[in-house]
Amino acid sequence: MSETLKPRPTHRNIHISQIVKYRLPPAGIVSILHRVSGVGMFLLMPFIIWMFDTSVTSEISYSQFTSVFTGGLGILPGWVFKLIALGLTWAFLHHFIAGVRHLWMDMTHAVTKEFGHSSALATLGLSLLLTALLGSKLFF
Amino acid sequence: MAQNFGSKRIVVGAHYGLRDWLSQRVTAAVMALFTLAVIVQILLPGEMGYDKWAGIFSQQWMKVLTFVVIVSLLYHVWVGMRDVWMDYVKPVGIRLALQVFTIVWLVGCAGWAIQVLWRL
Repeated sequence: MSETLKPRPTHRNIHISQIVKYRLPPAGIVSILHRVSGVGMFLLMPFIIWMFDTSVTSEISYSQFTSVFTGGLGILPGWVFKLIALGLTWAFLHHFIAGVRHLWMDMTHAVTKEFGHSSALATLGLSLLLTALLGSKLFF
Repeated sequence: MAQNFGSKRIVVGAHYGLRDWLSQRVTAAVMALFTLAVIVQILLPGEMGYDKWAGIFSQQWMKVLTFVVIVSLLYHVWVGMRDVWMDYVKPVGIRLALQVFTIVWLVGCAGWAIQVLWRL
């Protein structure tokens, strides 16, 4: 019984006051942004489903859907919704690419230090590049 | 070995999260395939508008796939959000409240999404 209850090592998160000074490697930045983008999409899920609902339900609701982004809704102008959509676009792309990176590493055991570094940089760059491309279609 | 059942049972040696780890990856793969299926259909020739967009989701195979994706998303996000609460929120009461909120939020969202899909 005593051997099953031996003290297990505890690993503490860094304190919140240390975050600014703490220099993360690219893989660490990808990791925390994976969480940030996931939580962001979780909180904006009703907005995502609202977009799905209005865009597929009928032609009338489809025009309401597009008019929110061009004409705004209530006191909020259209660009606010475009900005939210841009944020969601980045969150989805980052989460998707970082997730594929995880799956690739799990399947191939490609877990060298070099691959971790280069694939993290590729994830950050590719998600920002694709966000810029789709964002230019959204705004112009 | 001393008594290890009933109220004296040592609660260790469960499945150590392997099932959750695996299901998060399987659901991710399903959602990635769905994403590719949607992108390919958007890129097919034809002007983008209500008819093309709603037409993508009104096909029977896309309805089934979208339903599977909604349920996959529900479980995927549950595992992810639970991990976040377990890592950053230590007081048991607050953590439990946030986990309950997560479940209610996700089940509500999934119900709404399925309702939208159902009437297409």
